[in-house]
Amino acid sequence: MAEKVLEIRDLHVTFDTPSGPLEAVRGVDLDVSAGELLGVVGESGSGKSVSFLATMGLLPARARVTGSVLLAGEQLIGASAKQMRSVRGRLLSMIFQDPLSALNPVHRIGDQISEMLRSHQNLSARDADKRAVELLDIVGIPQPGDRARQYPHEFSGGMRQRVVIAIAIANNPKVLIADEPTTALDVTVQAQILEVIERVQERFGTAVVLITHDLGVIARVADRVNVMYAGRNVEQGTIESLFDHPSHPYTRGLLASLPRPGKQRLKPITGFPPNMLNPPSGCAFHTRCEYAADICKGEMPPLVGFGDLQTACVRAKELPKSESFV
Amino acid sequence: MSKQESTVLSPRQMAFRRFVSHKAAVASCIIIGLLTLFIVLAPLTARYGVNESVQAPPNSFLTPRAKSWLGTDDIGRDLYSRLIYGVRVSLLIGLASAIISVTLGALVGAVAGFRGGKFDDIMMRVTDLFLAFPFLVTLLVVRNVLGALPWLRPITGDMSSVRFIIVLFGLFGWMGVARIVRGQVLSLKEREFVEAARAVGASRRYIITRHLLPNSVGPIMVALTFSVVGAIIGESTLAFFGYGPQAGDGATSLGILVGAAKGAVQTGYWWLAVFPCLVLIVIALSINFIGDALRDATDPRLDRGV
Amino acid sequence: MFRYILRRVAWSIPTLLIVTFLVYLALRIGTDPVASYKRINPRASRAKIAEYIDVNGLDPNFVQGYFKWLKNFVTGEWPRSIKGRREVWPALKDAMANTLRLGSAATVVGIFFGLIAGVLAALRPGGKRDVFINTSAFVGISIPPFISAIMFQLLFAVYWQKWFGESLFPTSGVYPAGHTGFDLFLMLKFMALPTLVVAIQIIATYSRYMRSSLLDVLNSDYMRTARSKGISERRVLIKHGMRNALIPVVTIAALDVGSIVGGLIITENIFSYPGMGLYFLKSFGEGDFPLLMPWMVVIVASVLFFNLIADISYAWLDPRIRLE
Ligand SMILES: Nc1ncnc2c1ncn2[C@@H]1O[C@H](COP(=O)(O)OP(=O)(O)OP(=O)(O)O)[C@@H](O)[C@H]1O
Ligand code: SF4
Ligand SMILES: [Mg+2]
Repeated sequence: MAEKVLEIRDLHVTFDTPSGPLEAVRGVDLDVSAGELLGVVGESGSGKSVSFLATMGLLPARARVTGSVLLAGEQLIGASAKQMRSVRGRLLSMIFQDPLSALNPVHRIGDQISEMLRSHQNLSARDADKRAVELLDIVGIPQPGDRARQYPHEFSGGMRQRVVIAIAIANNPKVLIADEPTTALDVTVQAQILEVIERVQERFGTAVVLITHDLGVIARVADRVNVMYAGRNVEQGTIESLFDHPSHPYTRGLLASLPRPGKQRLKPITGFPPNMLNPPSGCAFHTRCEYAADICKGEMPPLVGFGDLQTACVRAKELPKSESFV
Repeated sequence: MSKQESTVLSPRQMAFRRFVSHKAAVASCIIIGLLTLFIVLAPLTARYGVNESVQAPPNSFLTPRAKSWLGTDDIGRDLYSRLIYGVRVSLLIGLASAIISVTLGALVGAVAGFRGGKFDDIMMRVTDLFLAFPFLVTLLVVRNVLGALPWLRPITGDMSSVRFIIVLFGLFGWMGVARIVRGQVLSLKEREFVEAARAVGASRRYIITRHLLPNSVGPIMVALTFSVVGAIIGESTLAFFGYGPQAGDGATSLGILVGAAKGAVQTGYWWLAVFPCLVLIVIALSINFIGDALRDATDPRLDRGV
Repeated sequence: MFRYILRRVAWSIPTLLIVTFLVYLALRIGTDPVASYKRINPRASRAKIAEYIDVNGLDPNFVQGYFKWLKNFVTGEWPRSIKGRREVWPALKDAMANTLRLGSAATVVGIFFGLIAGVLAALRPGGKRDVFINTSAFVGISIPPFISAIMFQLLFAVYWQKWFGESLFPTSGVYPAGHTGFDLFLMLKFMALPTLVVAIQIIATYSRYMRSSLLDVLNSDYMRTARSKGISERRVLIKHGMRNALIPVVTIAALDVGSIVGGLIITENIFSYPGMGLYFLKSFGEGDFPLLMPWMVVIVASVLFFNLIADISYAWLDPRIRLE
């Protein structure tokens, strides 16, 4: 296996809200290896975005973050603001869900890219502009020279997301975090954006973390998957093993709710995601799990190796074998 | 780590919480409440009548003392008692004209926002122009015009009456309100329940009165508080320059009392300037704080965090 | 751009005509210029009155009268004032110069400190500094200018003199009585209090605009993108935050010219500062139509002018706005 570029251990994030402390992330462990594409799935509110915003050091000051995040061996939790600034955009970059609002409306596209370049590389303004045009070309924007001089409002949503990707990869980072990069876009555009991300990953060997709701997308592009529920990761493994024999009941539920050829009836998971102000004790999934037993309400189950998967379910060994979703 | 109070709050409860967390607004509510009590109970709280002298002459320009807590004016009347009666008139002017202007403004704003098109264009042009013009100039000119139209006399009363001032500010304040309500209606118009109502063929009037206005209660309340302040300050500004209600029958208003301050500056009768001004500032500040807290509390944009 | 400005200027002419017509109507109904003339010149001959009516365009027919007034106004045949039969232009010119001086001093001081205060408040929302600035701004907008004017006079002039034997700042006029020639220091001293009164209002208003606008911007996605580039917080704020935050402030500024002029009128009156405000209140009180109309034209024109300036700077700040 390739070297690990990003190692997250026991990450916790708590927000102080008017209704009391809200622990959005409750002990996440996760590894990303060089050059791989890791998918992260989970329902809305499961803490996907918050985990990686914490990694980037982009959470508001009233968020309390503890645990350990090692990026190429460098500890990011508790790092100084200056240290984080040097990491952000150089080793680690992130693209966000809504391309329409992610770009500054009053600056030219080219300038927004070269700003990223010049903040980490010793480039002349002219070289940075030239490189910015190259980057636009790489992410598949036609007539990049002219487009660089335009403003965001002159670009379509898909085109803007390409620009955001161009900014993110400008300094050839080790890890690129893509937080639902296609959710806000049309279906046809979605596929194009995914292609751009895959191309970038192959060309530069960037490790990519792809956060999404869409297991179909994961199945197509990811090497490994990490499933999150209520601020914890409940299962992880390679794409093949996870789709072939998911072990955690939540993963099974997610897969069973996926539309597949030859199967008419979808089986959505019943119930609602828990209120994170007051999450259920023990395995947070027990309020909705069809295999739940008393023992599930006791302690939070840790991730343990289970075959070729890592699963956080106390009853994993006793459960009936799941059908295959390959 | 305690995890009590985890129940999900309704929007109204959230709004109430946000309002209460604005400490200055809560204090302001108490101040305004006390003030209201004071002026409602004026016969008990005031120590002298509006026009009564504290003692036989010489009684003019007495400094504050036991007999007259805040001193006396040029003809020996008690400033403290006159302030109570003055605030009574001023609050009445503020509230009554604010209600007129908010009603007018809410209707115009709702119709303009809902219908859009030419009507909206013209309304907004006119309000823009009025708002851009120096307020005091427009106020004085419109005041004279209203006073000069004989057929308006039955509504407005005499130019120096309190009623005239109420009508004047009522006609004046609606423009700001119309803008706010229009903005709110424009954003509500696109929301599902309005679309749904339209889809089932509800009439315009029904949609405006049943959906749009009730859902604009927040902004309208905010506009109401700011209109009250606007009218109270406006009245005292007019009175200060001698265009306010006249002190017939010894009736007084905050504006008349503050207006007397002009003379006090030269002569050094500081209490005549300081106390009425202080009361005016406290009232304006309190109502402004309440309006600000109302806005914070009812603005859905702030639903998350802090 | 140039064509846009030309077109806007061309458009402002009909606007100016309509608004001045409304003003003409309002003044004729509200102040009855003929009656004011007779009141001030009780022994004027019938011929004199007819002449006054003629040069001022005070015909019984409002429309005809307006155009007569307009013709005289445009050709420079400005009638003399009712009171004292003074020429109007010199008086108006002096008033304009004085007000421009006071107004621009107050506006520059006010906007500068207002924007700084707003930024400081928005940077740490809810913090001590924010609460202090926000509360002060609230007190500022809750104090009508005539009250702060009186309080300053009372404190810095009347009582200062009582306590220290000499007042700190003069309270009226531009120069001491009998002074001739130009004296910058003296002038600044006379302007200090009125400037302060107007500036306080502007600081209070603009710090609040700036605060809320910057808060909106700080919460926006592109600020997060900027931060994710690893550039310094200062650069994030200045390069990405400020320009966006100024856009709504500039639009509001256009609507605010009126309230600034309103504040000036009140302040000038209290400090007997011989500017547009004092000019207006005096001539309005006497119903002096020949003095009032040109004043109104100047005010309407400057409202339109500042609107245009605001639109241009708006387009300059925001590339999404196209002036065509
Ligand atoms: N700034 C914040 N302040 C308070 N709570 C927050 C904040 N940001 C996120 N949360 C809370 O943290 C929890 C996790 O949110 P997060 O955005 O990570 O979910 P997610 O898994 O990314 O969901 P989605 O798929 O909808 O993006 C949610 O309950 C959310 O309400
Ligand atoms: S621990 Fe229990 S409740 Fe949780 S997933 Fe496993 S079986 Fe279900
Ligand atoms: Mg998310």
